[in-house]
Amino acid sequence: MNTNPDNLKRYTVGVLVDNEPGVLSRVSGLFSRRGFNIESLAVGPTQDAEISRITIAVLGDDAHIEQLVQQLYKLVCVQKVQVMERHNAVERQLLLVKVAADPAERESLMRLVDIFKAKVLDVTRSSMILQITGDNEKIGALMKLLEDYGIRELVRTGVVALERGDGVMTPDLFD
Amino acid sequence: MKLNGAAILIECLIEQGVGTVFGFPGGAVLPIYDELYARQDRIRHVLTAHEQHAGHAADGYARASGRTGVCIATSGPGATNLVTPIATAYMDSSPVVFITGNVPQSLMGTDSFQEADISGMTMPVTKHNYLVTRVDRLADTLREAFYIARTGRPGPVLVDIPKDVQIAETEYEPLSGEALIPRLSMKRAMMQLRPEGEALERYKIHAEPRLEQAAQLIAEAHRPLIYCGGGVIHAGAEEALLALAERADAPIVSSLMGLGAVAADDPRMLGMLGMHGTHAANIAMQRCDLLIAVGVRFSDRALGNAEAFAPGAKVLHIDIDRAEINKNVSTTLHITGDARVVLELLLSRVSQKHHEQWMQQARSMAEEYLSDDLFEPRKILQAMAKTAPRMTVATDVGQHQMWTAQHFPFLRPRQLISSGGLGTMGFGLGAAMGAAASDPEGRPVALVTGDGSFRMNLTELSTLAYYHIPVIVVIFNNGTLGMVRQWQTLFFGKRYSQTTLDRGPDFVKLAQAYGLHGERVHTNEGFTAAFERAYAAGEPCLIECMLDIDEMVAPMVAPGSPIDTFCLN
Repeated sequence: MNTNPDNLKRYTVGVLVDNEPGVLSRVSGLFSRRGFNIESLAVGPTQDAEISRITIAVLGDDAHIEQLVQQLYKLVCVQKVQVMERHNAVERQLLLVKVAADPAERESLMRLVDIFKAKVLDVTRSSMILQITGDNEKIGALMKLLEDYGIRELVRTGVVALERGDGVMTPDLFD
Repeated sequence: MKLNGAAILIECLIEQGVGTVFGFPGGAVLPIYDELYARQDRIRHVLTAHEQHAGHAADGYARASGRTGVCIATSGPGATNLVTPIATAYMDSSPVVFITGNVPQSLMGTDSFQEADISGMTMPVTKHNYLVTRVDRLADTLREAFYIARTGRPGPVLVDIPKDVQIAETEYEPLSGEALIPRLSMKRAMMQLRPEGEALERYKIHAEPRLEQAAQLIAEAHRPLIYCGGGVIHAGAEEALLALAERADAPIVSSLMGLGAVAADDPRMLGMLGMHGTHAANIAMQRCDLLIAVGVRFSDRALGNAEAFAPGAKVLHIDIDRAEINKNVSTTLHITGDARVVLELLLSRVSQKHHEQWMQQARSMAEEYLSDDLFEPRKILQAMAKTAPRMTVATDVGQHQMWTAQHFPFLRPRQLISSGGLGTMGFGLGAAMGAAASDPEGRPVALVTGDGSFRMNLTELSTLAYYHIPVIVVIFNNGTLGMVRQWQTLFFGKRYSQTTLDRGPDFVKLAQAYGLHGERVHTNEGFTAAFERAYAAGEPCLIECMLDIDEMVAPMVAPGSPIDTFCLN
């Protein structure tokens, strides 16, 4: 698809899908073959054993997102698609990071842990594993600061999000 | 009754009213072929020489008849040979159910003999697909597959059945009528039936504001133009479309897939749009002020330069697939729904308009052809149409396909069977076979093909001969891959890289080798006589037309150029 870089925005899209083998592959295959620019994709079961929920963070313009939503609806396994506005949704992701931490540096690292409300999950003589949850900006800010110490390894879950308020995302029932 | 999976499959096909299936046996479908053997008085199996052509045959059967086609192949290479026909059917929204066997589940994932992950491979080119893991789910899966294939925007569905599921037994209860409509967790838009009764009332309420706005657009337009696509044929919306054209007093252009929806001799019909569209169609598109696009997906071959497409027009897009809206062309207004339902509802809101000047202007731009005695494609196609104006005509892909689209005046929907979206060389013979096999009256079907395309599927002459399927193969033999040569002539300095086919075979002798009548013609009179004989005989045969290597398809618009800028006239 044509992309106008000036109009690119980050969208968060929630997708309810049948909890069946192959569903993730159908959804991710759709994104790659239609040329959508995925930042992250997170998937897990829901309170209904038959339904899984996928959260996709995607870069695009309005036309991309319209296409993405409509193409998703063409998958038989997709029950509901919801594009979440940033101001109207809570978004979180979790980061585990193994950071270099000599005894001399631990003190200053612990201050960062405090400021970012992170958790220490493991400590050795030369490194620490930290856990932090937050939105993209918060995680980005911490990672930047940790670069000074030396990031040895990290893993992120990708964004998950829920819309604010009482509304719930339920499958559309056409008839 | 208790049946094994293979028997349940065949019973489910019979349940769906399938009379003919196309296929090829193999290790992983032996139980299925055993049950076919037991039921050969209730269902006909056409054995092709290659799975690919069985797939195209099922597709041709579906395109010609409007019924869902069925194709069966074995695991591994049998299944992978179906990938091209599946993708072909997908691109042209043709309802086909593809059945493949697979290795027993105990062997799956071990790279066992003739194992292939066909459901994984075909995800991007099927409307939906299934790997059936339990025999007690088989019957309902097949019912879903048929439902999904034919409803909404039609398309291919693949059902992969491991051998152990074919052998396992379970209770099977035959169903009919309403009971065959599956209880899907929801009937999504892509799978909706044409709304009727209460559903139609709800749809009316839902669509009302847009219908009103559409009527307003039509009322305000001075130069309306209707662009008709394959969706019109799928929906059976031909009459409603013509009625709207008359009410709005608009000329009509067609996509390749829409040809035949409006008869070529209708005074409103300007012909095909796009790269090889008519002058009248392409110029009208650039001058209209309202484009009413129905059942089209705005293919790049129709659009030319998308930015410069219909520059002065508001676009009203009517399509059943919401994802086609605003995909390639931004619309002023869209209405999502079944083309027939939408057009009928719209019609009642539109008052009679009069645009004599615009109609006259649009029609005046038609090409004029010189009349001479040269033996060339246009005259061959005209001779065919004169002998058999309403016969089904299949094509392969290339110059002959475009000539057929331009010069055979299609008079009825489903008369042209052609691979539009994927452009599959080698599609034609299988598709023609399937189209002929779908006709209960057994009327002859013509295949217009090129020497290049025909070399890709000629092995199926054996199938024509064995089953006496009345396909008249008309080969446009210009000794080259003509369309590629045309591009080499125009865009690659006449460097004819790998396009000259100076290597046989002798197609007439080839036909004879398969036990078919074949003849070679060099003149218009010779062709006319040969074709008349062939049509009257109603037997498969082959006519080879010897044409000039440098004949080109005109008009032509260079790819990516505005469609009123012709590089060939």
